[in-house]
Amino acid sequence: MKTKEKPFVGFIKTLPKNMFSGLVVSLIALPLGLGLAMASEAPPIAGVITAIVGGVIVSILGGSFVTISGPGNGLVGVVLIAITTLGLTATYAAIICSGIILIILGFLRLGKLADYFPSSAIQGMLAAIGLIILGKQFHIMLGNKIIKDNGIDYLLEIPNTIITVFQFQDKSLIYAAVAGVLSLGIMVFYSKIRNKYLQLIPAPMWIVIISVGFSYYYELILKLPNPIAANYMIPEIPNIQEIVTNIPTPNFEVISTLPFWSSVIALTLIASIESLLSIKAVDKLDLLKRRSNVNKDIKALGLATVVSGFLGGLNVVTVIARSSVNVNNGGSNRSSNLFHALFLVVFILLFSTELTRIPLTALMAILVYTGYKLAAPDVVRRIFTIGKEQLIIFFATLFVTLKVGLISGIVAGLITTFIIHIVVNKSIALFIKNILKPNVLMFKEEDGSYFLSVKHFCSFLNFNILKSKLEAIPEQSDVVLDLSLCGFVDHSVMENIHDYQELFHKKGGNIGVIGLDVLGTKSEHPFALRRLLPLQNIIPDNKTRRQKNLELLANEFELEYSPLKQRKSLFLENFIYFKTKKIEHTFNQLSGKNDPYQLFDITFSEGEFIAKEVVRSTMLYIKTPPNVPVFTLDREGLLEKLYSLAGYKDIDIKNHTDFSKRFYLRGEDPQKIRALFSDQLVRFFESNSYYHVESSRDGLLIFSKERIASIKEIKALLDFGVRLNSIINKD
Amino acid sequence: MTFSPNLEANINEAARLALCFSSKLVLIHVGEASEKKSSSFLKYLKAFESEGLKFEILYKSGDPVNVILSSTEEKNIDLLVIGALKKENFLKYYLGSIARKITRQATCSVLLLINPSIERVPCKHIVVNGLKDPKTKETVTTAFLVGHKLGADKITVVEEIDQEEVSVNIDDDKSLRKSTIIKERLRVREEARVQKILSTIPDDFTKKMIIKSQPIFGKRGYSIGHYAQVARADLLVMNAPAKMTFWDRVFPHDIEHILTELPTDVLIVQ
Repeated sequence: MKTKEKPFVGFIKTLPKNMFSGLVVSLIALPLGLGLAMASEAPPIAGVITAIVGGVIVSILGGSFVTISGPGNGLVGVVLIAITTLGLTATYAAIICSGIILIILGFLRLGKLADYFPSSAIQGMLAAIGLIILGKQFHIMLGNKIIKDNGIDYLLEIPNTIITVFQFQDKSLIYAAVAGVLSLGIMVFYSKIRNKYLQLIPAPMWIVIISVGFSYYYELILKLPNPIAANYMIPEIPNIQEIVTNIPTPNFEVISTLPFWSSVIALTLIASIESLLSIKAVDKLDLLKRRSNVNKDIKALGLATVVSGFLGGLNVVTVIARSSVNVNNGGSNRSSNLFHALFLVVFILLFSTELTRIPLTALMAILVYTGYKLAAPDVVRRIFTIGKEQLIIFFATLFVTLKVGLISGIVAGLITTFIIHIVVNKSIALFIKNILKPNVLMFKEEDGSYFLSVKHFCSFLNFNILKSKLEAIPEQSDVVLDLSLCGFVDHSVMENIHDYQELFHKKGGNIGVIGLDVLGTKSEHPFALRRLLPLQNIIPDNKTRRQKNLELLANEFELEYSPLKQRKSLFLENFIYFKTKKIEHTFNQLSGKNDPYQLFDITFSEGEFIAKEVVRSTMLYIKTPPNVPVFTLDREGLLEKLYSLAGYKDIDIKNHTDFSKRFYLRGEDPQKIRALFSDQLVRFFESNSYYHVESSRDGLLIFSKERIASIKEIKALLDFGVRLNSIINKD
Repeated sequence: MTFSPNLEANINEAARLALCFSSKLVLIHVGEASEKKSSSFLKYLKAFESEGLKFEILYKSGDPVNVILSSTEEKNIDLLVIGALKKENFLKYYLGSIARKITRQATCSVLLLINPSIERVPCKHIVVNGLKDPKTKETVTTAFLVGHKLGADKITVVEEIDQEEVSVNIDDDKSLRKSTIIKERLRVREEARVQKILSTIPDDFTKKMIIKSQPIFGKRGYSIGHYAQVARADLLVMNAPAKMTFWDRVFPHDIEHILTELPTDVLIVQ
């Protein structure tokens, strides 16, 4: 019974915090819900209904932990189009249908749908949605309602609207515009003012409080009517009885028409993409580092959407901004989502009439700010640093979305990305031949770490294979991801791998990416796409993440780092290991002027001509005084033949039978070697993890696996070398 | 045998193998016999003749696939050696269409060589499949025999475990834990099965060998090739496939994956 009780007690303990967090979120959700619904030309209360239904159902049935559900920014554009083409009641029917599709998607475990969209295309789509919201609401914010055909026209009208505002004759319109501009000011500067008391209430709520206060000031103190034009105030908000009695009946008459289904598809697509992106982003914020059950959440969101549609609400999605407010205010489980819904009910019960005192322009300022955030110049700048080609994808998606529509936009993004990948690789065969191949190999190495190797190419088209493998690894594990057999890795994958690295890091694991150093890129950004450039030397400017970490590591150990290929490898030729191998070059060197250590990645080949096999590996070389005898210490006895050819004998160390059993120690001069292998040294080898150690006349060569090592492995290797050196070179 | 730049290397490899297993080498050439052809074959074979190689050259015209398949049956051949082609500029190998047809239909074991070489390249690491299949026992034994004869140092038995056997879908932390436990259980089970096979192998073959067993969760036939490539194996030993239909080629599985991208030399044991 005890185990059952504990989580419950914990739940009760966190309840007050979750309640508070739910309150803060509801303060944002209320104005935002009204605003989003009005921006989509639905009745303002629809947004609040969405948030309430979403909060209740998703908090009970959902699979995520700290997310908040409600009406989403992304859907504004789609709902708007649906309402203008289908009418309000048919739109409710479309919302119900999209909810049903979402439930089906959840049951079919297609929550991963969003993985198939390249991230620059998604960025472009979100920016377009931002511009649609901003473009349309900007005019209302300044008290100049206009109706245009598409998003671009609204944007082009912005300068005209600004000019119009300065020519306003009607005082009530000027008041409306001023309210809008002031509200926008609050949104912009709120985060810049770091005042404890001010920050207690979120910015949108300040706007609500100030505008309601302003309205009361006129009514009670000045005894004057509100100076803001009546048609720029929030229209009548029904009270709770009216809401219950006036539930709209969804109109399913147009169910057989094409525009209806294109709306349904758009609603489903955007709702699932927005939810999935938000869930993924919120999971990163979770203090308890839990993993959300995406498919369960999608099912709950779908059900909530169906219910919401029947009650006169919009699509329920997981929303990122409100969720992060929830985490920041101490929300720790789904009860905060429920409380957010309950507080909204309370607000509607108590204050539904007060809400009509809020100017429409002020509410739209909140939306303009949200829209701006989605399409901020920062986003464009960030994408530009990743690569020019990403910018093409971004703008292609953006323009098609604005000009034609969301579905066409995302399709355009997909196609553009694919074409760019073909152009960059100068090959379509690479993709067509290999797309269906299960190109990811995963296995557990003997030391318990996981090894993943990706073949051919890895892009948004087949990232789901790699993803499903990564998902199956407990996050506390050490993972080595080898991309050296991959000819092409795209930006979406790089970004996603980075996300996984962060996730693993948070939970105590580690993902080391290797093999990227051989893939070239034109950009300096760590997420830039990379492809195989056979003849290219590594330019110091475009370092991979591993190379940057090596640089940091060099600083830590007070060594110097050089990524350049070097051909000076004479010091290695004395090692038996290299007797039958041809060293091509070393790169990614860590070395010190006064230190005996030299760590490097090395490319060498076994065999010659047709049988040539290129191997890349990470090794540590330590310079030693010439009195260290030639020996080799190995566990697998892999090179036995080679050493016996070289005249080496097996050497047993007395009083250390266990050591002799576990390691193959060989050398030319047994006496000298026995003298070197003191009790201290033997114990050192016994108690540390296994490395291949080899000594030539004046140096030691240490490495573990015959492949490029991850940063974590390099750290261990360096540490091992430093300590070994201190024992061997102590005199 | 055909006349390609690889001719000498192909003959040398085959002759070395024949010597190694003290068996007779049969060179099959699809085409008319001629003085010129014979002399060039003999030129390359001379060196091996002194070492005691017995050989025979067959000249037959007709459809290469049929000719080769019928001759293998006629001559009661145990092992068919086929050279692969290499893509220009890339370190990728593939089988020509004729070689593929032969591999699919052959009734004897087939050895596919990706990089035949004139000088001997030592075979150090052999990867062999440990599938749950009645043929596996013989395949593993053959791998050890070959390894023993060629002087390999290491043999890795790879058990490919189908993802579907892990019946849990990973949604959250709980299901992840569950699937990790199931996987561990499957690993132990497969490990035990492989150990049982290994225990039946004569000591002579296993004595000097490092034996490793590696379970992999992945697509059958494909992941073992990928593993062989990653582990830089010199030879991959596989079970012969069951009878294949047209659909097996459209939706490739098992051995078909290996035929499209040869990771290393492959021995298919019949």
